Amino acid sequence: MPSHTFNVNGKTVTVDAPDDLPLLWALRDLLGVRGPKYGCGIDVCKACTSHLDGEAVRPCVVPVAEAAGREVTTIEGLADGDRLHPVQEAWLEQDVAQCGYCQPGQIMAAVALLKRTKNPTDADIDEIANVCRCGTYFRIREAIKSAAARMA
Amino acid sequence: MISRRPDDGDGRVNGALMTGHARRTFLTYLVAAPALAVVTRIGLDAVDPDTAQAAIPTPPAPADLVDLGDLLILAGKPTAGMLVLSVDEDGIVHFRLPREEVGQGLTTAVAMLVAEELDTPLDRVRVQLEDARPELLFNQLTGSSNSIRSLYDPVRHTAAAARARMVGAAAKQWGLSADDLTVRQGVVTAPDGRTAPYGTLSTAAASLDLGSLIVTPKKESEHTLVGAPTSRIDARALVTGGQVYTLDLDVPGAKPCMVRRPPSINGTVKSVNNEAVVRAMPGVLDVVVIDAGVAVVAETFGQALDGKNALDVTWGGGTVDALSDDDIRAKLKAATPSLDLLGLLVKKVDAEFDFAFVSHAPMETNSAVADVRADGAEIWSGMKSPIAAQAAIAQAIGLPVSKVKVHVVQSGGSFGRRLFYDAALEAAVVSKKSGRPVRLMWSRIDDTRHGRMRPATHHRVRATYAAGQVLTFVHQVAAVETDFRHGLGDAITAAAAGLPTGLGNATFAQTLFLTTVKSPYNFGVTTQALTEVPLEMHTGSWRSVYSANTRGAEEIVVDELAAKLGQDPVAFRRSFLKTDRQRAVLDKVAEEGGWGRTLPSGWAQGVGFHDEYTSCTACLVEIDATDPRKPRVTKAVIAADVGRPVNPRGLEAQLLGGLTDAISTTLRAGLHIDKGLPLEASYSQFHYARQKDSPKDVRIFVLPTDHEPGGAGELGVPAAVGAIANAYARATGTKPRSFPVNFDVDFTPFPR
Repeated sequence: MPSHTFNVNGKTVTVDAPDDLPLLWALRDLLGVRGPKYGCGIDVCKACTSHLDGEAVRPCVVPVAEAAGREVTTIEGLADGDRLHPVQEAWLEQDVAQCGYCQPGQIMAAVALLKRTKNPTDADIDEIANVCRCGTYFRIREAIKSAAARMA
Repeated sequence: MISRRPDDGDGRVNGALMTGHARRTFLTYLVAAPALAVVTRIGLDAVDPDTAQAAIPTPPAPADLVDLGDLLILAGKPTAGMLVLSVDEDGIVHFRLPREEVGQGLTTAVAMLVAEELDTPLDRVRVQLEDARPELLFNQLTGSSNSIRSLYDPVRHTAAAARARMVGAAAKQWGLSADDLTVRQGVVTAPDGRTAPYGTLSTAAASLDLGSLIVTPKKESEHTLVGAPTSRIDARALVTGGQVYTLDLDVPGAKPCMVRRPPSINGTVKSVNNEAVVRAMPGVLDVVVIDAGVAVVAETFGQALDGKNALDVTWGGGTVDALSDDDIRAKLKAATPSLDLLGLLVKKVDAEFDFAFVSHAPMETNSAVADVRADGAEIWSGMKSPIAAQAAIAQAIGLPVSKVKVHVVQSGGSFGRRLFYDAALEAAVVSKKSGRPVRLMWSRIDDTRHGRMRPATHHRVRATYAAGQVLTFVHQVAAVETDFRHGLGDAITAAAAGLPTGLGNATFAQTLFLTTVKSPYNFGVTTQALTEVPLEMHTGSWRSVYSANTRGAEEIVVDELAAKLGQDPVAFRRSFLKTDRQRAVLDKVAEEGGWGRTLPSGWAQGVGFHDEYTSCTACLVEIDATDPRKPRVTKAVIAADVGRPVNPRGLEAQLLGGLTDAISTTLRAGLHIDKGLPLEASYSQFHYARQKDSPKDVRIFVLPTDHEPGGAGELGVPAAVGAIANAYARATGTKPRSFPVNFDVDFTPFPR
């Protein structure tokens, strides 16, 4: 069984798994990192959105071998200890979450967007294609704008 | 009419104490059994006195007199007070909620009620979802927008009793009268300044003999927390990845499991042709045949999925293999009764509507953890009817109910889906057959194709009018049978609904239709009736059950009637609505939404109204349908009167969710059935709205009113369906009749 060493939320980890095992299952089933959620397995719902070297990716379609030697950040790694990331703070302020299942992915997508664009327009926000089945989109939009203001 | 608060005035309940269970906490079981006053008034004298004098009054429909929520409260009454609240020695209050949290914000609202009554900070209240408790009978069902309606009084009484015990313990300790003590922030204070936090009193309070305890919850005018916009109690867990869903649980040894399902609904397994090959795949631990298909147990879900995909199975046919959308639509149309023949001179609006099947599609797919042993079983899953689940699981694995522990887990959405407990049942059977604990997860594809659906419906509506009045309003609804075999959440009615003749389920369906669907308008003689077409498919209640389609269609006819009578849609609704409460929410959206403002060509406003479960709401939207194939709702203004709001912030969230559901199902989201299976299989095909489909401007007003709390979880959908359809009609100059309006098969279906 091949062995893969990479960094998850600041810690170096090694997992034994087939090269093509999706990173999502390496995280959830082998490493116990369960913030990223399964919603479709084919990069459509984007509930598992996490960062690979700072870029938003969907671990359900990233083979674990591709993570070797790189930095994976999941929702659990976003806060600095007890101090939440400004995007998480904005999510609390707007009371965005309902069932919350998609929100780790929504937050990681928003963080990536704000990294690319300090002041996202409505059109930029529209490009986040993560599904929220509870339909919280308007609060997500308001929270992203609030986070942009906090981070300015 | 049924009065749900016969104990108004003295609010007496009998308190009995159970102290044997724990030393560190005290427990309060309250058995509240107030007498029930039932007064029925049927006929024209029951027409609301507020009713507009000009319109021809419509006598109340059954749902005006006794709605489904009333019946559920009535059924649950004998056990409504069997709630468990405890206080730790550190002052933390635990409340065990016999309902499920699925995102609707119930745990927060209940924690607010507890904190308010106990005069303790909200962050010291923990709400835990109660395991299946069969003795609760009808009182452990989460549905019909009934949780706050049914729990509002019992929770307040329970917490008030706990407060009385705390104060009583302090009074005894200090040799003072309880009447002289005050409570703030969970601390009891004496007139001389001595203080005792709840934590220091809980042990004494547990063994205190207060005789027959008489408690009165606070007057609502004294509420400071209840009624104030409050963020979710689990918000931090939800944004940090800390929230634990079913498959995030650490159950020792529980291995991932997925099920290969048949190529058509209810297909059967004839043979597995390559079992040895699949068993030899990396990580695969077991292959087990169950009723629903072939289960693969593996070390990771990735490997279970590979194993499931590699299976070569010979399948038997399903139950609806011969049916596709056209056939089902034809059956529904044929089943819809013809409308009465009326004189040729009567002016009328006739309309027929079709609504497609819709997936519940919660983000968290159907999932469960099960650990079944020879002498007992433990199950974890998101379940809205855990008592019925427990009975079914016990039967399936051959254990007595008392040996099957069923834990209810907070879920990633439901929208009605988790009334059914199929994942829990499957996991239990696999665990038994495989001899190990399993974590069973449905793939998204299976969840869409083999999961539950809102049934397709056909509607025939006729409204007649003369001299500016609506004389009659007839609405015949034909629907593919909705499965209510979860009963009222208990074992007995679930068994009754499952009677082999189907009559049990049909009775449930008629009762549910009659106790939920009603017209809010004075449209003269009004008839609404349901005809069901039984097909062996996986259907189920979908947020607002019959109302989204039924009332949505009616709101379209209301606009068309207004046009025939040369009236503005808002003014027309105003003059035909029955009550001032209803007119207030309509006026609010018209005013805040700038009804009638000028918009560019291809854009339009639309309005819709709905009344259910003693609540009412109006929705005003603006739509950009410049390209009718790609319409976007750009703005929404919603007002609701849900009686006394417990948490306005949570209520706004529910109305926002209802709006997004309506945008999705009215414009693009549905399922096509093709030879016994939905073509859609993921969110790339089932077009639930994304951010780009959602309005950039949403304003929601929860009006502060003093009626008893009504239902709110489903309320938002039907009004928004009407508003969006009406806006689309006006913007495009069309008469939408088939929903969703844009419903092409714009994808290549996945293989079966």
